[in-house]
Amino acid sequence: MRKLLLLVGALVVAHVALLFVRVSGAAEAARPDAVNVGIVLDVGGLGDKSFNDGAYRGAQRAEKELGAHIRLIEPGEGADREAGLRLLAAEKMDLVIGVGFIFTDDIAQLAKEYPKTNFAGVDYALATDRAGNPVPPPPNVAALKFKEEEGSFLVGALAALVGNSKKVGFVGGMDVPLIQKFEAGYRAGVLAVCPTCTVVAQYAGVTPEAFRNPGKGKELALNQYQQGVNVIYHASGSTGLGVFEAARQTGKFAIGVDADQYNEAPGRIVTSMVKGIDVAVFDMVKRVQDHKFKGGIYTFGLAQNGVGYVYDEHNRALIPDSTRARLEQLKADIIAGKISVPSTR
Amino acid sequence: MIIFGFLAQTLRIVIPYIFAASGGVISERSGLIAIGLEGYMLTGAFCAALASYYSGSPWIGLIGAAAGGIAIALLYAVTAIRFRADQVVVGIAINLLAVGMTRFFLRLTFHSSANSPRVPGFGAEQSGTGVASLASNPLIWMGIAAVALVAWMLYRTPFGLRIRAVGEHPVAATSVGIRVGRIRYLAAALSGMLAGLGGAYLALDQHQFSAEMTAGRGFIALAAVIFGRWDPVRAALACLLFAAADALQIQLQGAQAIPSQFVEMIPYALTIIALAGVVGRATPPAALGKVAE
Repeated sequence: MRKLLLLVGALVVAHVALLFVRVSGAAEAARPDAVNVGIVLDVGGLGDKSFNDGAYRGAQRAEKELGAHIRLIEPGEGADREAGLRLLAAEKMDLVIGVGFIFTDDIAQLAKEYPKTNFAGVDYALATDRAGNPVPPPPNVAALKFKEEEGSFLVGALAALVGNSKKVGFVGGMDVPLIQKFEAGYRAGVLAVCPTCTVVAQYAGVTPEAFRNPGKGKELALNQYQQGVNVIYHASGSTGLGVFEAARQTGKFAIGVDADQYNEAPGRIVTSMVKGIDVAVFDMVKRVQDHKFKGGIYTFGLAQNGVGYVYDEHNRALIPDSTRARLEQLKADIIAGKISVPSTR
Repeated sequence: MIIFGFLAQTLRIVIPYIFAASGGVISERSGLIAIGLEGYMLTGAFCAALASYYSGSPWIGLIGAAAGGIAIALLYAVTAIRFRADQVVVGIAINLLAVGMTRFFLRLTFHSSANSPRVPGFGAEQSGTGVASLASNPLIWMGIAAVALVAWMLYRTPFGLRIRAVGEHPVAATSVGIRVGRIRYLAAALSGMLAGLGGAYLALDQHQFSAEMTAGRGFIALAAVIFGRWDPVRAALACLLFAAADALQIQLQGAQAIPSQFVEMIPYALTIIALAGVVGRATPPAALGKVAE
C-alpha cells in the first residue's frame, strides 16, 4: 500500500510539473509597449487542426505584427484549465485568453478574483436571465462569439447548389444548442436556394463523446448517402472524420467545419465552414495594445470575417463560377441585413 | 435494400463490440475485472494505425494492435496480481493512461494531437457499401470466429477449465497444482489481444487513428459481458442486440421516431436489469476482483 501511495505521489508531482512544460517563449522584446498575452488552449493542445491551432495562428500574427509577447499553456486535462488561467492571471498578463466554451465558468470566477486583468473567452457561453436575455459577462471579460449560423447558411446554399439531389445531409456531434445553431443556419441556406429540398439532419449522440466517435460518424454518413444524399455538412469534431471516410468510400462529398479540412479527404471536401478564431484573438490583442479593451460581447460574423467558407485552388474545380457568384451575393445580402439567418431550429 | 442496409450496418457496428466482449469474458472468467477494455481497445487502435502506417500493410497493423493490447493488459495484470492493487481502481487508471498515452505518442510520431495521417486499411477507396465491401474486411470474419474459438476454449479445453477454476475458486485450483497467477496473466493477455483487435477494426476501417476514437465502446462491451452472464456466445448476442439498436436508431433518426437518448441508454439499462436478476440469475465468477493468496 505504501508503495502504491509513493507511486501515486510521484505521478502527481510529475503531472503537475508537466503541466507547465512546453510553454513557448515569445521573441525578445521588439517594442517597449509590447503587451503580454497568455493563452490557455483546450484539451488536445496544439495540432488539433481546429480551435487551438486557430488561436495559435492569431497569436503568431500578433507576435509578428504587434510585437506582443505570447505565452501558451496546454492543459493536460480538464482540471488543469483553471490552474493555467490562474497562473497567467497571477503573472499579471495584460490579457488572458481561454480557448473554448468549456472555460466559461473558470474565466467568470477568475475575473472576479483578478479584476484588473483583462480576460477573453473564445465561444464564451453567456448565461441568460429569467426572461431569456443574455447576461453580459463581468466588466473585464470579453466574450468572443461567432455567428456560425451565417457561415453554415452559405455552405448550406452551396451543398444544395452542387449536390445534384433533393436531399442534403447534416451530421452533428452532441445534440446541444451550440451545434443546433449550425444545423439551423445550414437548413436555412439549403432552403434559400432550393425550397423543395429536404435536409436530413442526424446527431452522433447526447454526450461529449459524440464529438470523437468517427465510427458513428461514418455509419450516419453511409446511411445518408444510401438515402440519396450527395453532400453532407458535419459539425461534430473528430466524428466528422468518419463522415469524410464515408465520402471516400462512396465517392460522394462532404463539407468540413471550424478549419479548412480539405486535406483530410482531398477531392471529397467541397468546402469548409471556417471560424476565424485567429481573427478574434488578434483583434483582442490589438485592442489591449491600443488601450481600447472593454469587457462585453464581441460578435464575429460574415461582416467581421469571423466566419466564412473556403474557396481556394484546391476546391475551385468543385465550385462552378455561377455558384460562387450566387454565394457571394447571398453573403452580401446577409451582411447588408437583407437576409436574417436563424440560430435555433 | 433497406433491410440489407440495416443488417450490414449492424454487422459493421457489432464487430468491435464482440472482439472486446470476447476478451472481457476470458478476463472476467479468470477473476480479473475487465473494466480496462476501453483502454485496451484504444491502445489497440493506436498501435494498429502506427504499425500499418510504417509497414504499409494492415496485416502488420493487426499484429501491432494485438501486441499493444497484450502489453497494456499485462500492465493491468501485473498491478492487479503481483502488486495486489484494487482491480477497479487500476482498471480505471488503465483507461485514463490509454487516453493520455495515445495522445502523447500521436503528437510525438505524427505531430498532431487530433488524428494520424491516412494509413492503409482493408477497404479500398470508393468500394461502396455492398456485400463485397463487407466480405473484403477480414476482421469481420475474425470477429465471428473469435466468439466460437473463445467458447470452445473456455468449455472444451483444459486451459479453459483452468481459467474457470481460478475465477471461481483460486484456493481449490492451487491445491490441485494450477498456478493461479500464470493462468490469470495468460487470460489477461488474451483479453488484451482480442480487445486490441476490436480497436484495430475501428482504426483500419477509418484508415486513421483519432484521439479517443473508441468513444465508450469498451464499456458497452463490458455491459454485454455482464448482460450475457459471462458466457461468450450470450455476450456476443448481447453485443448484437446493442448494435442492432444502434443501427435502428441511425436508420430511423432522420424520421425522429426514437429519441437518441433512449437508444444510448439501452446497454446500460439492460445491464442494470440483468444484474437485478430479472432475466435469470446473473452470478459473476465467485473470485472476480479478489486477490488470490
